[in-house]
Amino acid sequence: MNAPTRYVDDSVKGFITWSIIWGTISVLVGILISLQLAWPQLNVAPYLTYGRLRPIHTNAGIFGWGVGSFIAMFFYITQRLTRTPLWSPVLARVTLWIFNFAIASAAVTLAMGFNRTKEYAELEWPIALIVAVVWLMFSTNVFMTILKRKEEQMYISLWYIMATLVAVTILYVVNNLGVPLNLFKSYSAFSGTNDANVQWWYGHNAVAMVLTTPPLAIFYYFLPKVTGNPIYSHRMGIIAFWSLIFMYLWTGAHHLLWTPVPDWIQTVAMAFSIMLIAPSWGAVMNGYLTMNGRWEQMKTNYLVKFLICGITFYGLQTLQGPMQAVRSFSAFIHYTDWVPGHVHMGTMGWVSMVLFAAIYYVTTKMSDTEIYSIKLANTHFWLILVGQLVYSITMWIAGVQQGSMLLATNPDGTLHYSFMETMVAIFPYYKMRAVSGFIYLAGLVVFIYNIYKTFRKGEDLLTAKA
Amino acid sequence: MLEKNPVIFIILAFVVIMAGTTVTMIAPFKWINGPGDRIAEVKPYTPLQQEGRDIYMREGCNNCHSQTVRTLAADVERYGYGGTYSKSGEFVYDRPQLWGSRRTGPDLAHIGLKYPDVKGAWHRKHMENPQSVVPASNMPAYAFLKAPLDTTYSERKMKLLSFPYTQADLDELKGKTEMDAIIAYMRKLGTDIPVKKAEAASQASVATSNPFTDLQAIKAEAESLYKQNCASCHGDKREGTLGPALRGSAKPDADLFKIISQGIEDNGMPSFSGSLDEQKVWKLVTLIKKDAQ
Repeated sequence: MNAPTRYVDDSVKGFITWSIIWGTISVLVGILISLQLAWPQLNVAPYLTYGRLRPIHTNAGIFGWGVGSFIAMFFYITQRLTRTPLWSPVLARVTLWIFNFAIASAAVTLAMGFNRTKEYAELEWPIALIVAVVWLMFSTNVFMTILKRKEEQMYISLWYIMATLVAVTILYVVNNLGVPLNLFKSYSAFSGTNDANVQWWYGHNAVAMVLTTPPLAIFYYFLPKVTGNPIYSHRMGIIAFWSLIFMYLWTGAHHLLWTPVPDWIQTVAMAFSIMLIAPSWGAVMNGYLTMNGRWEQMKTNYLVKFLICGITFYGLQTLQGPMQAVRSFSAFIHYTDWVPGHVHMGTMGWVSMVLFAAIYYVTTKMSDTEIYSIKLANTHFWLILVGQLVYSITMWIAGVQQGSMLLATNPDGTLHYSFMETMVAIFPYYKMRAVSGFIYLAGLVVFIYNIYKTFRKGEDLLTAKA
Repeated sequence: MLEKNPVIFIILAFVVIMAGTTVTMIAPFKWINGPGDRIAEVKPYTPLQQEGRDIYMREGCNNCHSQTVRTLAADVERYGYGGTYSKSGEFVYDRPQLWGSRRTGPDLAHIGLKYPDVKGAWHRKHMENPQSVVPASNMPAYAFLKAPLDTTYSERKMKLLSFPYTQADLDELKGKTEMDAIIAYMRKLGTDIPVKKAEAASQASVATSNPFTDLQAIKAEAESLYKQNCASCHGDKREGTLGPALRGSAKPDADLFKIISQGIEDNGMPSFSGSLDEQKVWKLVTLIKKDAQ
């Protein structure tokens, strides 16, 4: 696509830079709280206690690193797929600064204890409002670019992008409804079981519309770009897309199995969760079959490694997830460390791996140069992979062990283990999990160094030309 | 056409997303928290309890403590404290709910039934320094909650949440610390619901004699009962922490049975007649009497 169109990429660069910064903060806080779980004396009251830090870790990860880099990639991809420059570069720049203001104030206010306590919607109403404004500014910019496009056909990635814009707006607004007490405190508009049902309708579809459709949009765009292979099946992409966005919205209550939420909602959620395997694997197979006859690229192209490993983690996630959504299995592992093990394979594995590939690719394109070091990119890959696997595997074992201890009973029906005995049994895994965090962090440092050097290389080339 | 018209595409995507949303999220408002869910005994929070709840939220306690006893035998046994599993009606005044998603600490939905002590001595000691009561605990210390409670918004909160309150309720806030408030909240959790009494562990059976004379036969079960129900106040090794040491007590079996099943209100010893049946109480009596090591 060497059309004469002049794409506007300064905001892409800005969002990439800041999302990497917030992502690093998320990992650092993650390591700190993983250490606190093993050594409680590391809690520094009141601001740096586990209860206040954990939402900072999740918000910096999902909104700072995740949403930040999705905005960058959506700006980048949309311009190329529509062969149209960004609708408003000024709006994009303003979006970046308000975005950073929102994430920074989220971190500060969460440490101060302003917490709505609804998972992944913890921010108090003034900041939630700013987040909503950021999202609408970004959505308008992307949608207007699509509307004014020069390329008539809309590629699959644009579908995922548009679905994301609509769905996230609805989810975020509804779950944040509440009545303000003052500037720093509000109460949810819903109560009790209703509030739980709304919360997990939101919570699970944040996974769908923030941690699934955006990386899929990115994956569908970059896999053909990086490999030179056209996507295997456009039709399969279409079927998988519509069934995915249809089915996901029914599944929230699988987070609420065995609770007072009406049984039929739980059962519906369970059934739709199993059905979701089909559209999820539709995307996975589309990725794999795109590689047909070109699998040697796994060895020769470092970006393919990230993308294929990422989509493999997605495939594993979408098999494990439905399994967890079944009542009997949920009874066993819900509330244990199995679940963080599952979630982190999605975030550290699937989402981050696809983003790493996209960021490498975009950085080299924007700098008009080759990557600084393929060797370092490979080192990065292996550190990330090992860090993530150690994290998830230790947490699965911890979850199964604690889950079975919690359910064990004596012949007379009394419980066999006290709660503390089940905790003491999993402390060794907590220490291993902290180690996995350091391995992942090492990978991240290598990545940042490589990106920085590539960027500098591009700058030097530019000065040499001038 | 779909692949060429973004406006129609967006509208269609919206409709598809709203299908599941309407059925599983919007429609249930018609049933949930309706008259069928109501439990008459469940009362709204007092100003002090609500302040405590807000401190619970501020500290992010929900990140480690869930508040729903699932309809599973092991859940009811471990976290029900005689109040069985959680029902929708228990949560109608919770905005938001604090059900949580991870139990790094125990479930607290019915914690008020476990520690009914009016002074909240166990909670106070535990929150100031968790490891002093539960040595292996990984809970952070919350000694800083001894700060005075900010009551600026207490009355406005009641109005906003439409909870009834009296002047006496507001007066109760005077001179209270944040610790007092969060303990008031802990003591409220689960205590409104009618508690099912375990069969036969009533005063009438006190006269009957201990059916378990051989400690070895029941030791494993008795020790696990002890760890579940007694260790948090009497120590893992029965050495005594908040409550007295329990090694080879000289009290007659019947007296020990009465203390465990009925409690001693004045010194904070809870009644276990709600959560332990007669057999289990006798097993504990045998353990306390016969195992002096």
